[in-house]
Amino acid sequence: MKRFAGLAIGVLALCAIVLADNALLINGAGATFPYPIYSKWFDVYHTKNPNFQFNYQSVGSGAGIKQVTEGTVDFGATDGPMNDEQLKAYQDKHNGTGILHFPTVLGADVPTYNIPGVTGALNFTPEALAGIFLGKITKWNDPAIAGQNKGVNLPAEEIIVVHRSDGSGTTYIWTDYLSKVSDEWKTKVSKGTSVNWPKGLGGKGNEGVTGLVKQTPNAIGYVELIYAVQNNIPYGTVKNSSGNFVKADLASVTAAAAGAAKEMPDDFRVSITNAPGKTAYPISSFTWLLIPQKFQDAGKRDAIKGFLKWMLNDGQGSVEALSYAKLPKEVVEKEKKAINNIQ
Amino acid sequence: MATDTTASLKGAGPVTGSRSFFARLSDGDEIARLVTLVFAATVVLITAALVWELWTNSALPRQKFGLHFFVTSVWDPIMDEYGALPFIYGTMVTSAVALFIAVPMGIGAAIFLAELAPARVSDTLQFFIDLLAAVPSVIYGLLGVFIVVPLMRTVIYPALNKPFGYLPIFKGPSYGVGFLTAGIVLAIMVIPYIISVSREVLLSVPRDQREAALALGSTRWESTWKVVVPFAKTGIMGSIFLALARALGETMAVTMVIGNTPKIAASLFAPGYSIAAVIANEFTEATGDLYLQSLIALGLVLFLLTFILNGVARILIVVTTQKGSGVGA
Repeated sequence: MKRFAGLAIGVLALCAIVLADNALLINGAGATFPYPIYSKWFDVYHTKNPNFQFNYQSVGSGAGIKQVTEGTVDFGATDGPMNDEQLKAYQDKHNGTGILHFPTVLGADVPTYNIPGVTGALNFTPEALAGIFLGKITKWNDPAIAGQNKGVNLPAEEIIVVHRSDGSGTTYIWTDYLSKVSDEWKTKVSKGTSVNWPKGLGGKGNEGVTGLVKQTPNAIGYVELIYAVQNNIPYGTVKNSSGNFVKADLASVTAAAAGAAKEMPDDFRVSITNAPGKTAYPISSFTWLLIPQKFQDAGKRDAIKGFLKWMLNDGQGSVEALSYAKLPKEVVEKEKKAINNIQ
Repeated sequence: MATDTTASLKGAGPVTGSRSFFARLSDGDEIARLVTLVFAATVVLITAALVWELWTNSALPRQKFGLHFFVTSVWDPIMDEYGALPFIYGTMVTSAVALFIAVPMGIGAAIFLAELAPARVSDTLQFFIDLLAAVPSVIYGLLGVFIVVPLMRTVIYPALNKPFGYLPIFKGPSYGVGFLTAGIVLAIMVIPYIISVSREVLLSVPRDQREAALALGSTRWESTWKVVVPFAKTGIMGSIFLALARALGETMAVTMVIGNTPKIAASLFAPGYSIAAVIANEFTEATGDLYLQSLIALGLVLFLLTFILNGVARILIVVTTQKGSGVGA
């Protein structure tokens, strides 16, 4: 029995150590895509404000929305904005008070491919991408692709489509874009974190899609820009709404957000795929924090408000080091005002 | 292990004398009995809780789709239509392929290790086999992606498609990933289980059985094949069902090489999907109650599938042992 007593004392001591660090703990959960920047932000913010400790679990956008709705976490995070149904579900559960969306950084999807003999960046029109993923364009030398890539020797081989098999914000952005540029896609498939793909193989995660594309000759897939940049994966350009072929990079993604900023709705739930602007990259998207409008705990409320202000000022400075595109000025200003809506 | 070896111990409870409860408690017997009883009861409780959770959390699809859930092959999270058929099919096909490869290889290897190899060789190899059994499945998945998938495209596919392409199961193009690739990776994963358990069972066959066979004039191989193996049949079956259970529930390695396409195709080269893989893939991002509950319903289906196959396994064991081979191992 003495040993048990020793063990019990040890456990108690451990608890005491944990409790002694009496920073206010604020829990969040959601999207995996912004996890690297969020974890860095929360870490830096904790060093500057030792009284607050943010704890973020990257469980996925769907789980983030679910958990914040059920009130098991203090805030959520998502790659696709909550739809009206989800907003209503939140209000029903929280006596009519709503939830607010705060854009934090931007991401983009890029088409990546593996065609033996083709090394340069291919140009893709929206019609070509939709046609390929719908299974209507089946050969690489189809005029819809070859017509925009003069001088590239495209083979008469079957196109093998690769998509994400796991539910993901990356898929949401990709299908949101295809729904905007193709009516057929919109009615047949539509947009979501997982969809019923008309064609193709599924790979788990960005690394799964990349692996399949790299190993399968004549394959095409889509991955996050950050992933493609950090792993030196070649990717193509996409024709934007102004008719220019744009290569995705931090500047062209921010340009897409700036193009959409003029018509930014007050709740920030906006899709910026196929955004206007000469240099805008068309397959871009915000990622959002989901903050309850009303907090029971004033301490937590002030902590989150403080963090949001810091994130919009100092925080934005560190996003490009991690290959995220930062928010355009107009959006930052609008968000600063929106912070006052948190009660 | 799913053998009957424990059956003989069933009645062996603690020795209860006429001493008082507290007297027994103080010298530890009673404590040990209670503690082990709680541990044993936990297993039953966990199983019950699991079924209860799966059942209550899959109420929506059960009401909406009913038995159609088992025969529908559409899986559309946008239109909120869900059917389990392609996933059930994929799970069964990959497991069947895995056993088709792993059973002869595993039992063959076990016979060699237990009966024919020198003891030192056998023990050394056993060490490596145990090591293989402990390798995490994601490692096998990587092995699949980097070795089996390219091999499939360059070697296995041409070797099977050219001569046997007229058979529906070897028809059509290969993308490298698919049912056969997943089956091969699963086979590699479960072979160590079959070898390890079968070897133990074969080694535990009494020496007089072999000697009697040899004394009657049979050769070494005859005594092995006609006496020792039938004697150990129950235990070998147990090892196969252990392997089957692992193959049915394997998630990570399968999702990396099966192609994740919810379609039913006769060709083993075609991409498919399995129950465990789709749950792992879509659970985190599943918004909407019907979607989430349909995934949980798939979990229930997998549980049922395992349960039924285990039941069939038990019946098989009973039937085959009654036919006169050795009772127990």
